[in-house]
Formats: sequence, structure tokens, C-alpha cells
Amino acid sequence: MRKPVSAFAVHAVLALYTALALFPIILVIMNSFKAKRAIFNTPLTPPMPWNFDPIGYSKVFGDSAIATYYMNSITVTVGTIFLTLLFGAMAAWALTEYKFRWNTALAIFLSIGIMVPIRLGSVSIIQLVSDLNLINTLTALILVYVAQNLPLAVFILSEFIQQIPRDLREAGRCDGLSEYNIFFYIILPLLRPAMATVAVFTMIPVWNDLWFPLLLAPTGGKQTITLGVQQFLGQYITDWNAVLAALSTAIIPVLVLYVIFSRQLIRGLTSGAVK
Amino acid sequence: METASQGRVQQHGIVGMSPGAYARVLIFFLAPAVLVYTLFSVYPLLDTIISSFYSKQNDGSYVYNGVANFVTLLTDPTWSAPFWNAFINNIKFFLIHMLVQNPIGLLLAALLSLPVLRFRTAYRTLIFMPTMLSVVIIGFTWQLILSPLWGIAKMFLQAFGLGFLFGPWLGEESTALITISLISVWQFVGIPMILIYTALLAIPDELIDAATVDGLNQFQAFFHVKLPLIWPTIGLVSVLTFVNNFNAFDLIYAMKGALAGPNFSADIMGTLFYRVFFGNQLQLGDVSMGATIATMMFLIILCGVMIYLFLIQRRLQRYAF
Repeated sequence: MRKPVSAFAVHAVLALYTALALFPIILVIMNSFKAKRAIFNTPLTPPMPWNFDPIGYSKVFGDSAIATYYMNSITVTVGTIFLTLLFGAMAAWALTEYKFRWNTALAIFLSIGIMVPIRLGSVSIIQLVSDLNLINTLTALILVYVAQNLPLAVFILSEFIQQIPRDLREAGRCDGLSEYNIFFYIILPLLRPAMATVAVFTMIPVWNDLWFPLLLAPTGGKQTITLGVQQFLGQYITDWNAVLAALSTAIIPVLVLYVIFSRQLIRGLTSGAVK
Repeated sequence: METASQGRVQQHGIVGMSPGAYARVLIFFLAPAVLVYTLFSVYPLLDTIISSFYSKQNDGSYVYNGVANFVTLLTDPTWSAPFWNAFINNIKFFLIHMLVQNPIGLLLAALLSLPVLRFRTAYRTLIFMPTMLSVVIIGFTWQLILSPLWGIAKMFLQAFGLGFLFGPWLGEESTALITISLISVWQFVGIPMILIYTALLAIPDELIDAATVDGLNQFQAFFHVKLPLIWPTIGLVSVLTFVNNFNAFDLIYAMKGALAGPNFSADIMGTLFYRVFFGNQLQLGDVSMGATIATMMFLIILCGVMIYLFLIQRRLQRYAF
């Protein structure tokens, strides 16, 4: 076999690109712990005892409701994932298991949302949410995100349910289990791996979204962390310590979670790469 | 199996279950998803399209006036100039992603899928990292790096003797859109990388072995064996890029605000839609015209998806493996 592409060249390209991907993130986190003078004079040096200054962080945690924003984001993301998985699995089960007249039509109807972005309906969503008296509530965000994520969830979960052996449910029916019990006690536990994939697809866009928080819950302490940081940055744009600290506050938790779950996440992305 | 007829799902029902009970089962499982999806996704989309055929009268009521809003948007200079500006900028935004993001994604995926590569997982994980972060964070981070005040970008160029190239790229009409597009490319290159990487891993090793036995080197094997097999994935990546780019908003809003300045040079469909619908310093919000622009975006995205489904997907059939 001929000598393949030089291993050195391959590593050089990958390492260079990795550095390019990480450099901005590291630069921000590094400088967020430094005094203002050090940020400007020696931006590439890591924080050391002589240039350390956490003033930015005391501003971020002192002046803004960052903890509230975090709670809002967690509530919205967890609520969305829970309802998307529950409603999505229920619908996927009914569509794959039961025969009824409008089955195919309903499946096509639900799959439209995979390709058409819900954002295009914003004009009417905001009207609807205000008619329901849900402006500036997390409920509005959760409902919109569930609607946005259901189509892909139903699609992925249906594919998965089709692979569950038929005997399992037939056995349940023979034992006299109701349809509800078959779903909740036999099918749902088996769906766990597929649910992890759906949760990954749901979590990232919901956590990072700026559009719907801006439209539906822009004030009243109901901002998500993404919007909260955006508003904070707008206010403090000239205070570099505060800006760098705010950016790091938003980056670090995501990075920690990412490093912990990256294996599952990438596996989810690669196995469910059907979108 | 024949004896298990007691519990079998049959045409329109389950043996031993009354039609009423069967209908209740169906409603129980389907109603939550169908209701939330219909109310918060399908209805708003249809309602938006319908609103684009109405216009507001002086007394505040809305009256049907056919395609007048579309005619205004495309021909009245106060509307058509910003619309075509945003449309052409959006095409540039898309082309930069197609010409830079997807080839880089392909290159990285090809390298990552090489056999016996050390640190594969580390590279993959780290390169994907920016994709995880919020666009707001990415936008501000790059704003700081490119800022002449901090001078990081300038310092790097100077290190390579290219200091004269540095300019306020985000602030100049001629470079703002390109700069923002490249930042978006930097953030999202992980998505084509992962999708193509997965497709490459699915290619059976025997095919590559056969090619190398036939005397092809790694490059030839890639271009003549692997690349033709992953065309369906590249088609999928392209249509995803198209849909995401024509639906983009966050990055430009985070870096440039709703006015997408300087002088609207970074304005794309998403920011135009936001500005027209909500209003800004320059104009009041306009529901009908906002809905009209959203409907145009819908049509553009629909065209892209249709081209994909009917031309690319049909020719390539389904996934070959």
C-alpha cells in the first residue's frame, strides 16, 4: 500500500483549525479575570496573581438578574424537552401502531414543520400569545418551542418505534394491559436512547434562541440568559471587564455541560442525522 | 401468531375494544401533539400568509386587497429597494456559506474519517464547540476581537507582516456583510462536518480497500469512491444551509442591531422582517407588510426545499447505504 497522506500534514491542518475554533473562546474567558490595563496591554497572557481582577464578575452578578435569567432558561429548556418528548412519543406511538383513516395525512401534516421554520409565523404568534394573555411568560416560550420541535421528535421517535419487536406489545395485550399501560410501561422505557437524541436536538436551539425571547418575553424578569446577556452587553458596551465577564458567564456553564456530555451529544447527532 | 388474535391491532380498531374506546385511545395519544403544533405552528403560519393579503385602513380595520402588498413590496421604491437589498445580501450570505463553510466542513470530515487517526475524538469535540454556543455570545466575542480598540486582529496580521490589511471591517459598508458571514461560517462549520463525517463512516471499508488494491491513492480514493457516495449528504447539507441562511437573524441583530448597518449593508431577510414588523427609529411597525415579507421568506425557503426534493433527491434516490 502506498504511503497515505502524511500524518503530520493531517494533524497540522486539524490542530490549526482546532486552534482557530478555540482561540476566541479562550481569549474571552482568560481576559475576563484580568484587570483592565492587562486586558489591553497584554491580551494574550493568561490571568496571573499580578493581573488578576474579578471586578467584571462582581458587576455582572451585582447589577443584573443573571441568576434569574439562568433559572428562566433552565425552566424553558427543561419544560420544552419534557413536553416535546412526552407529546412526541405519544403521537409517534399512535401514528405507527394504530390504523385509522387519516393516519398518513396526519403524519404528513406533522412533518411539514421539519422544513418550515416556525419563525415565519411570528406575526400571528405574537398576536395569539397576547390574546391568551401570555406575553412575558415562560409558558408562551415553552408552547412555541414545543410546537417547533414536535415534528422532528415525532419523525425520529416513529422510526425508532417501528424497530421495537411487535411481540412485546402483543404480549402486553394478551396479558390484558390497557393501551395506555402498554405505552407507558412497555414502550416509553424502550424509547430512552431515541429520546436522548431528540433531547439533544431540542436543547441547543432552545437554550441559544434570541428571536422568541425578544418577541414574547423581552422584559419583566422573564428574559432567558441569551436575551439577558444581550441586553446587559448593550448597556455595558464600553466597560470591557463587565462585557468579558458577562460573556464568560454565559459560555462557561455551556462548555462544562458540553465537555461532560459531548460523547452522547455527538453520538446523538451522528445517529439521528436525518434532519 | 394466529392464536394471539385477541390483542391484535386490526383495520380501524383493536379486537375486543369498542369503537368508542378505540377513538378515545387515539384522541388521548394524538390530541396533545396535534393541538400544540396546530395552534402554535400551523395556524400562525397560515394566518401570516392570509394577513399578507390584507391591509390596514385608516380606521384600524383590515381589508382584503389581493396581492397589492406584494406589488408594493416589489415595485414601490420605498419598499422594493430595502427588499432587493436584503434579498441580494441574503444570497451573498448563503453563497459564502456554500463556498467556505461547506468545503471546510467537507475537508475536516474527510481528515477526521481517515483510518488510524490519533486524537480523532478530541479534534471532533473541540471543533464542534463553537456550534454549541449562542450566536449572541459569538457575535460579541468577534466584535471584541475585531475591534481596533483591543487590536487583537491587527496584532495577528502584523505578526505575519500583513498589518496594512487591517481595517474596521465590521464598520465598513463594503466589508461588514462578508465579515459577519465568515463569523457565522466559523461558528457553524461543525454541522456540515458532523453530517458528512457520519456519511463517510457509513461507507463500507471493503470499497476503499478495493480502490487501494486497484492502485488509487488516498486522494483518488476520496474523489472517485467516497465523494460520489456522499453526494446525498452534501445535498442535504446544502438545503439545510439554505433554509437556515434565509431564516437567519440572530447574529446580525446581535452584532449590528435591527438596522443592520452601516447603511443597511448587512441587512438580510430576517432583519428586514423584524424591522418592518416591529418598527424602529425610522418607521412604525407594520403588521401587513411584516406578514408580506414573512410570506416572501416562506416562498423562497419553499423554492429551495422543492428544488432539493424534486431535482437533487429524485436524481440521487434515497440514501444508498
